[in-house]
Amino acid sequence: MVKPKVLIGYPVKDEIMEYVGEHCELVQMDYSKAITYDDIYERIDDVEGAVVLITPIDKKLLERGKKLKVVSNITVGYNNFDIEEMKKAGVIGTHSPGILDDTVADFVMGLLISTARRITELNSFVKGGSWKKIENNHLMGLDVSGTRVGIIGMGRIGEEVARRCSLGFKMDVSYHNRSRKEGAEEEFGISYKPMDQLLAESDFVIILTPLTEETHHLMGEREFSLMKKNAILINASRGPVVDEKALIKALQEERIAGAGLDVYEKEPMDGDNPLLGMDNVVLSPHIAAGTQKTYDDLAWNAARCMVRILEGEEPVNVIPEMRG
Amino acid sequence: MKRPKIFIANEIPKSVEEYIGDHCDYVMWDFSKRKTFQGIVDHIGDVDGILEVGMKIDKELLKHAPKLKVVSNISVGYNNYNLDDMKDMGVLGTNTPGVLDNTVADLIMGLIISAGRRIVEADADTKAGNWQKGEMDKFFGKDIHHSTLGIIGMGRIGEAVAKRAQGFDMEIVYHNRKRKPQAEERFQAEYMEMDQVLQNADFLVVMTPLSEETHHLIGEVELGKMKEDAFLINASRGPVVDEEALIKALQEGWIAGAGLDVYEREPIDRKNPLLQMRNVVTLPHIGSATRKTRDEMAMVAAKAIVEVLEKGDSPYIVPELRKR
Repeated sequence: MVKPKVLIGYPVKDEIMEYVGEHCELVQMDYSKAITYDDIYERIDDVEGAVVLITPIDKKLLERGKKLKVVSNITVGYNNFDIEEMKKAGVIGTHSPGILDDTVADFVMGLLISTARRITELNSFVKGGSWKKIENNHLMGLDVSGTRVGIIGMGRIGEEVARRCSLGFKMDVSYHNRSRKEGAEEEFGISYKPMDQLLAESDFVIILTPLTEETHHLMGEREFSLMKKNAILINASRGPVVDEKALIKALQEERIAGAGLDVYEKEPMDGDNPLLGMDNVVLSPHIAAGTQKTYDDLAWNAARCMVRILEGEEPVNVIPEMRG
Repeated sequence: MKRPKIFIANEIPKSVEEYIGDHCDYVMWDFSKRKTFQGIVDHIGDVDGILEVGMKIDKELLKHAPKLKVVSNISVGYNNYNLDDMKDMGVLGTNTPGVLDNTVADLIMGLIISAGRRIVEADADTKAGNWQKGEMDKFFGKDIHHSTLGIIGMGRIGEAVAKRAQGFDMEIVYHNRKRKPQAEERFQAEYMEMDQVLQNADFLVVMTPLSEETHHLIGEVELGKMKEDAFLINASRGPVVDEEALIKALQEGWIAGAGLDVYEREPIDRKNPLLQMRNVVTLPHIGSATRKTRDEMAMVAAKAIVEVLEKGDSPYIVPELRKR
């Protein structure tokens, strides 16, 4: 039997390549440099399955990839899929939910503690040779344990963050979400609050909502003005959930104490973004899910999802819009 | 009755100063000036108590303070006390255990996550404007969740770290002079010989107090037993780790990185190679440095000194100097 031809559009570890190679015929790619949309477009014509990271799966690509049956996204988010065009072309899209929750929740806690205790700022202070006396009254940070944290968006990652805050740090955890989560309320001893009350009462506000039309600029000038002066904002969901201009203004006018951010309205960030110059802000380049193990697990999942479909087995992790 | 007199050698909050003023006369160091031995000697000729942080208390100093009855450390560690000299001269010493456990444990989790997930490196790189598209693996880090936390020295702070680690589903192994059955039960912590802890830990947290036995407890031999992808975290006292050996281990890749709040010499020497290492988080001894905790510590230290001077005893007298 002829093996189906497939394309892996982002470097994955050898064992995954070998696994796919046992079931399929791999299209040769040069992984020594970053693979572009064009690289994939050129090779897509007789390919039946593809594993991709953030490559746009659009009309143009689908028209050339006439034999395509499945595209498997390595990540959870799939805003690179043109869902309507994929449906028309009969191409199934899969993604990788449930794999990165713990890794992202760890990072959220890291951003929170780093911002509160000024870890990035004080590391630079020491490395830059500015530590000259033992007296450190000017290096004080904010306590984490025993404070109030408000989580906006209580999905799987929110629950993992709640577990860490509540069980680990004895924080008083409240949340806001479209629907109540009674299970999480009971398991982690957390309570539901209306949005404005949550903002007004929290020492840390953590944004974990997905980006939709309703959540675009969910955090704006009005919301920042409700927050406590010594409160810290953490965002590790999607940049546009926060009105970045309003956030910058709130930080400049010291209406909040600081922020820990992994996502931005524009990624990579512009070199003149005022956030880059702020000591009380911790910035990371969208790496909340970034560990080798989690990436490997995501890539394994994508590879298996693709192979299953090409071998005619029951599809798994199909994106919700294409189910049933 | 004549009021006792206290020398206040470090800055304390107004409320604590007022409390002392209600009970004692006091003189305070002029904090605009650099502290010198002679300057201190000039202040202690007629005092009954000294309130300080980290001041070396030995015969050299004590012979200039004939009336001195008690020295009160605004810290939990008291390796600045020469206990034999203090016993000989009949001077009591107090410390402030308990108050700072949560604040220090918070920072230790911050060091674990910011070292493991490379937050300080990523922040510096992003702020320098180096973020480029398609480099998602540039800051791949080590997962915190489900990794193994090794704790050497399971006292109150060790337990507070274990509690936090539980929120991350970390496996906890520990070594201590004596076993702690309660901690084993509460945190499902497993007691191991020192070597096994070194071999198993993904994150090795050193939490022993500094004594003759724990001086350079972690040296070349110990670092050589650690896993190549493990991190060393020290927020107890610098000399518990042989810094030269640690530098060698980091330079030669025996371990993946370190998170440090304490050093053999503080402030750290500007030529120290640790300052050049991207995989090392260096903080300026701020384990307990939050406003709230520092204020509480100063108040506990003030109460301890007043108790000793008014009643001749205090629960905060360090164990070695307690009356039997």
